Amino acid sequence: MTPKNYFILILIIATITVIGCTDKNGESENANKNVTENKSIPKQTSNSNTDDSQQDKPFGDIIFEGSIGDASNLIPILSTDSVSHQIASHIYNGLLKYDKNLKLTGDLAKSWELSNDKKSITFHLKKGVKWHDGKIFNADDVKFTYETIIDDSTPTAYDSDFRIIDNITIIDDYTIRVNYQKPFAPALNSWTMSILPKHLLENVKITESSLQRNPIGTGSYEFVKWNPGESITLKANKSYFDGRPNIAKYVLKIIPDSTTMFMELLKGNLDFMSLTPLQYSKQTNTPKFKDNFEKYTYLSNSYSYIGYNLRNELFKDKRVRQALTYATPKEKIIESVLFGEGHVATGPYKPDSFWYNPDVKRYEYNLEKAKELLTEAGWEDSDNNGYLDKNGREFSFTLMTNQGNSNRAKIAEIVQENWKKLGIKVKIRIMEWATLINEYIDKRNFDALVMGWSIPLEPDLYDVWHSSKCSGKNLNFICYENDELDKIIEKARLTFDQDKRRKLYYKAQEILAEDQPYTFLYVPNALVALHKRFKGVEPAPAGLMYNFEDWYVPENLRKYSLTQ
Amino acid sequence: MVKNNFLKRINKYILMYLGLAIVFFFILIAIFAPFIATHNPTDINLANVLAEPSKTHFFGTDELGRDVFSRVIYGTRISIFVGFVAVGISVIIGLFFGLVSGYFGGLVDTLIMRFVDIMLCFPAFFLILAVITFLEPSVTNVMVVIGLTSWMGVTRLVRAETLSIKTRDFVTAAKLQNISNVKILVKHILPNVITPVFVAATLGVAGAILTESALSFLGLGVQPPTPSWGNILTAGKDNITFAWWLSVFPGLAIFITVLGYNLLGEGLRDLLDPKISKK
Amino acid sequence: MLPLLIGITLISFAVIHLTPGDPTQLMTSMNPNASSEVSERLIKLYHLDKPIHIQYWEWLKNIAVLDFGESFALDGQSVMEKIKHRIPYTIYLNIMSMILIFIIALPLGILNAYYKDSFFDKTSTVFVFIGFAVPTFWLALLCMYFFGIKLGWLPISGLMSYNFENMTLLGKIGDIAKHSVLPVGVSVFGSLAGISRYARNSMLDVLNNDYVLAAKARGLPEKTVIFKHALKNALLPIITIIGLSIPGLIGGSVIFESIFSIPGMGQLFYQSVMMRDYPVVMGILVIGAVLTLLGNLIADILYAIVDPRIRYGKK
Repeated sequence: MTPKNYFILILIIATITVIGCTDKNGESENANKNVTENKSIPKQTSNSNTDDSQQDKPFGDIIFEGSIGDASNLIPILSTDSVSHQIASHIYNGLLKYDKNLKLTGDLAKSWELSNDKKSITFHLKKGVKWHDGKIFNADDVKFTYETIIDDSTPTAYDSDFRIIDNITIIDDYTIRVNYQKPFAPALNSWTMSILPKHLLENVKITESSLQRNPIGTGSYEFVKWNPGESITLKANKSYFDGRPNIAKYVLKIIPDSTTMFMELLKGNLDFMSLTPLQYSKQTNTPKFKDNFEKYTYLSNSYSYIGYNLRNELFKDKRVRQALTYATPKEKIIESVLFGEGHVATGPYKPDSFWYNPDVKRYEYNLEKAKELLTEAGWEDSDNNGYLDKNGREFSFTLMTNQGNSNRAKIAEIVQENWKKLGIKVKIRIMEWATLINEYIDKRNFDALVMGWSIPLEPDLYDVWHSSKCSGKNLNFICYENDELDKIIEKARLTFDQDKRRKLYYKAQEILAEDQPYTFLYVPNALVALHKRFKGVEPAPAGLMYNFEDWYVPENLRKYSLTQ
Repeated sequence: MVKNNFLKRINKYILMYLGLAIVFFFILIAIFAPFIATHNPTDINLANVLAEPSKTHFFGTDELGRDVFSRVIYGTRISIFVGFVAVGISVIIGLFFGLVSGYFGGLVDTLIMRFVDIMLCFPAFFLILAVITFLEPSVTNVMVVIGLTSWMGVTRLVRAETLSIKTRDFVTAAKLQNISNVKILVKHILPNVITPVFVAATLGVAGAILTESALSFLGLGVQPPTPSWGNILTAGKDNITFAWWLSVFPGLAIFITVLGYNLLGEGLRDLLDPKISKK
Repeated sequence: MLPLLIGITLISFAVIHLTPGDPTQLMTSMNPNASSEVSERLIKLYHLDKPIHIQYWEWLKNIAVLDFGESFALDGQSVMEKIKHRIPYTIYLNIMSMILIFIIALPLGILNAYYKDSFFDKTSTVFVFIGFAVPTFWLALLCMYFFGIKLGWLPISGLMSYNFENMTLLGKIGDIAKHSVLPVGVSVFGSLAGISRYARNSMLDVLNNDYVLAAKARGLPEKTVIFKHALKNALLPIITIIGLSIPGLIGGSVIFESIFSIPGMGQLFYQSVMMRDYPVVMGILVIGAVLTLLGNLIADILYAIVDPRIRYGKK
């Protein structure tokens, strides 16, 4: 994910939670998933040697996955929802991809090198890669994809990382050089973007292309059919350049109601779905369930937070924000809202990621401390009405969140109750998503919000935390302005050395923890159930699906036989 | 079908009385909610979430440890309030349009009835859904929108009654006395159309309560923490196989109340319709 | 008919345009980069820069040729394509429900009228009202759990099995029938009250009419009186009410289709409303209303067929 696409990412969350408004666990559905070290992961007794040649594993069977929402557009640069990207990830390849340990590795590119001035990247492409229609893939396709993304008539949300490219030179059919205007560390990440087939798109308007509904890529699965609102079917690409996948068909079934979806799982019509915390912790412990399904839990790529409008006088004093955080029972919230399936968040990174700083200031639940801080900041109950006041102004504000996400509503109710104990009057307003964004967030017309962000693999903090991103539709809508942090963020964008970059982000996290522009709440766990007949599943920091091509079903366990 | 006439008479309106009893029972609950509830319906207790029904929590607790019994009791207020106000709105509009349309006739009548026809073509739930989403789900909006999309039946009813009443002698007499139209409408016609409207309103309350619960199912009804039967039931939906008490009690409350209003309404219709009660 | 159609489009248009918020806002906010281009395109497409009556006129001209514009969703489909794909599901389910409601509720109502105030009348009254009073989504989920999982008799969601395309014709019919039991059953149970009560009252009306009493007085057998004379007359108002119950059924499909994962029009409507996909919302409002209009038209035709005067005329 490119850094500037945080916004798209919250929208991804929103689409899931709003469309499937019964989804209690919107935050946990993201494309890339990480595994926490300290969470119990069922040990798989498979021959976990990844060098296993594909041919040893039997080919066959179908996997049915459940999804709350339908895909929207299968040309991935045109879509912003997670379902479309999930399907597209099987059909297309990027030049690069993240491996199981979230390191960038070659996908369509077999290798790449950075020039000394760090301003250009040369990719060496794999040979013999074929599009699903049999045409050969080469450097022209890469250049074409770039040109399409930056074309003004392409309605894409992913162009900004490509707009800083100065030019792209095709050196030969399988070598391509990208020249940037200036060094830009997040650039490599942008080349995980799906590469599109030039020969099918070159003379059509992309928004009118049939590939939107009948995609053709280079990926491990080929598109078969899409029944809108019902299912999307893919079949194994037998001539995939990385070896054919073992599961013959992949079917995504669209079931808008999470309770219904769970029942379909119990009935055996689904093999794979995300569980709500409640389902995970309370409804999946029957012997029958355990006989048929394996449950997995790992940290999802998102966090929830309470954001304070820093333009509001109430929240300008950092002691007030610290007090509010002290009075927020994060552990209790995780316990009751997520049934314990989550981690306390202290900043914008995942606790198990390379960038995460474990030693920042923590705010254990402490009402006394919170009261002290508020008194220091000048808030007292001078008229004895039970609520704090200062210079005649009562400490009361509205806490907003979007409707359709019951977790956020619950969080709001819990903090309302706790902050009341400090003498703060909180009114909760739950609003429809579009109204909240357009009328309140974009107009900076709010006091405080319960919201969530996705955590992209690329660690850049520019869009959410840089002071230049405080106006209009930009994402630093709480208007956090800190010169020191600005400088760190800018410097980190130019730093390619991972360890040096990490040091900068460590510092950034310390600053955020001290200032508490957000009360960071939690990183929820992704919770999934998968049928036991699937073998070769190896949870890793990248989640579960990263080695989907290697999954297989032993012949004696096969459930569906294919006639073809 | 030879049946004992005496028994029949006793039996005849038993369902109506049952309905009446249910309706009154829940109105009393709504009025005396603070005295009946054992807990504050919005008090959160994270130490005791999803507890089974017990002596302290008659209906168990929900996902935030709130007392379901108290929430259902307070939910009575909201649900009945939503029902009454929504129906109030539809009755007022319906009476106005119906009286005007039936009494004056002519172009006004044609226009109003065309409008009614058009509105009746729309699946009301579609309209409600669209408007609620584009505005904002809140108690007020839910009530108003349900009211604004359910007045057509009353209009037709009132118009039909008005048409038949306005030809009666006492109206003609009043007209001859040069009494103003407004006065005739209010003094002579209104009292005569009010009975069937009352029946329709009773049934309307039941419909409005159900509509609110359906909206809640989609997340568009009364918003938590304010308890309404619809949103308590919806919160219990995902636990339907696990924490049965979360859905069973609010479900029963909706079910019994709606049944009550229906039985009452239907009974009243039988009672008040001379043609039917004649038999 | 034409004024009705125009009124329908006017109200559909008003619902979207008189509520706060700019239709292009969501599109642009979803797409910060392409925003100006996309929103310009939308403004041009829907004439949003022109006064509201012109916007309406332009839209009306388009829908006159069944062009409802393009969906705001990023899938590059036209509103008509989307609706066309979804509408058969909704129509199928509603017609099945209507037929069953008719078959069950009508005799029930007539028997209720005939045995008025009997024990049978009362129990069946309570029974149909139970159907009406239970929140449908709750009942649906309970049935899904009980019949689908506990007993394992019926499929839970969807209208077809995944391997539907490979089935024989008979298999296909059986498959759809099996899938239809729960959604149609729950829908029918919830709608029995309306029609059966109406049938009962209408029958009672007729039974008290002079000509029926006269027929009885002439000593005609009870059954002949009921079924030959009374029934026909009682049917008339019932047919009208069936026409009128279409919007209720279509509206209810939002809930059914969400729970049973049936990709019909109700589901599409709900999703479009939530995404503020205005062209689709307007399109479905119009088409939903037009369907009702058609239903009423069919009811009128049936009315003419059943009308005793016409029948007597034939004899």
